[in-house]
Amino acid sequence: MGMTITEKILAQHAGVQHVEPGQLIMAGVDLALGNDVTAPIAIDEFKRHGGKEVFDKSRVVLVPDHFAPNKDIKSAVQCKILRDFAKEKGIENYFELGNMGIEHALLPETGLVAPGDLIIGADSHTCTYGAVGAFSTGVGSTDLAAAMISGKAWFKVPPSIKFVYHSSKKGKLKSWVYGKDVILFTIGEIGVDGALYKAMEFTGDVIDAMNMSERFTMCNMVIEAGGKNGIVVPDTTTVNYVNQRVKRAYTVFTSDADARYEHVYEYDLSNLKPQVAFPHLPENTKNIDEVGRIDIDQAFVGSCTNGWIEDLRIAASIVKGRKVNSNLRMIVIPATPQIYRQALKEGLIETFVDAGAVFSIPTCGPCLGGHMGVLAPGERAVATTNRNFKGRMGDLKSEVYLANPAVVAASAVLGRIGSPEELGIKG
Amino acid sequence: MIIRGNAHVFGNDIDTDVIIPARYLNTFDHDELAKHAMEGVEADFYKKVTKGDIIVGGSNFGSGSSREHAPIAIMATGISLVIARSFARIFYRNAFNIGLPLLEVNEDIDSIKTGTPLEVNLDTGLIKELLTNKVYNAAPIPEFMQELLRAGGLMNYMEKKGH
Ligand code: SF4
Repeated sequence: MGMTITEKILAQHAGVQHVEPGQLIMAGVDLALGNDVTAPIAIDEFKRHGGKEVFDKSRVVLVPDHFAPNKDIKSAVQCKILRDFAKEKGIENYFELGNMGIEHALLPETGLVAPGDLIIGADSHTCTYGAVGAFSTGVGSTDLAAAMISGKAWFKVPPSIKFVYHSSKKGKLKSWVYGKDVILFTIGEIGVDGALYKAMEFTGDVIDAMNMSERFTMCNMVIEAGGKNGIVVPDTTTVNYVNQRVKRAYTVFTSDADARYEHVYEYDLSNLKPQVAFPHLPENTKNIDEVGRIDIDQAFVGSCTNGWIEDLRIAASIVKGRKVNSNLRMIVIPATPQIYRQALKEGLIETFVDAGAVFSIPTCGPCLGGHMGVLAPGERAVATTNRNFKGRMGDLKSEVYLANPAVVAASAVLGRIGSPEELGIKG
Repeated sequence: MIIRGNAHVFGNDIDTDVIIPARYLNTFDHDELAKHAMEGVEADFYKKVTKGDIIVGGSNFGSGSSREHAPIAIMATGISLVIARSFARIFYRNAFNIGLPLLEVNEDIDSIKTGTPLEVNLDTGLIKELLTNKVYNAAPIPEFMQELLRAGGLMNYMEKKGH
């Protein structure tokens, strides 16, 4: 019996020939990540249990991205714990303000994640790196503490589910439809626990035609279906991306033809329309033309899901020469300093500012209701983020609608949720 | 191990943002976190918990973020066990890693009411409503998770194994 790419990576890191779904393994990790919310607990545990040195100074990554720049005194203390620990232990990949970006965009961009890697991060969206063909999954602070000491983590080998996406136009989707819509559609189909404990493997001509940012967006949101990891078998798009960034040797794994999948879903996406997820679950998806009239108070483009340069380009192309509706605020946050710089070079920042939006330095910001755009009771936001749970972006009585950057930008101009087509823009 | 306590019932898809809203994540002080446990669905939950009580959830309990603050906050209120139809996976590993047991019950537990006294045998997975003697069968806790619980969490376990 063959193995899936997920099983092969896990087997290799556990030092065994073969693994089966359900099997418990102890495996070596290539990278262990923490942020200003999760790492302080891990560092505390590390110290309480007599941790002296980290297992490998180049393989522990600390990113203060959630509440940084420090939004209040308590956050300042949390960030300081990371900074002091990084200095004390000689951790090479600590990202100070100026180099700091949202972890899940920063790590791929700086070449820290490579195909065939096994990566854990004390952040649920660590699953993002599956887009480069790595096994990558979110864990908790205690897992991070244990891994910082031992370089190891325990896993239950997940069964794999395969998703095959086709389109009659050689994998091309309709205008204003992106990876974000494919993953929202998928979560709408299978539900928020549709892939609980499982590996989601994405294939088909639609995936082949996607750029890396869309693949990152898709893998980013597998956790919203309960998935353990999302993964795309590396192809030339992947290899071109990582070769420009990764400076060490890596292994490309593929899935065997006779690998076992618990389920195979096949979708024809030739006619897929932009998707909008209604409060308060990512599975409450509707086609853009079924949305009805939803007035909004805030439009947000950013986060580890859609804060990539490609997303900013899409949003900018829509607000260019237009004005943000006077009934709402538009906030745009690039995911990393490099994306910020690129946006500056391409004149995107000017486009946003001219339209009446605000453009911020990289941070998680309002995505988790931290700062930079928290919602009041009764307010509604349309956002490119990944979660629309109750209270996610602020007060418990606020609402979040999830969409792609084109829909968010068009909505910012319209004052209600709508598509670029309503503005007469052709894709 | 036998656990006795009163049930606190919650529905499906109780996510980590309602278990402990993000605005409290700028600390990991256990008592502070306890005060805000379950705040997204029930204000002042911690005041209603007697040490040893049991949370009964629906499906996908603990979905969302990897914040260990979620099981920590629950445990810090005095809750000794969470029973649910299913758990989100990071919450599941976090709970065992810090020594909070979870039981997955593939039966109709919706009839259990808040306040009902329960007796749970963690070794067999048998759950009993003490007033009616109605029983439910949970999947027994996997051996590795039991080892984690016996050791008092992952860190102690790793230390013992000399990893
Ligand atoms: S941008 Fe949002 S989802 Fe992504 S890491 Fe930050 S808080 Fe989490």
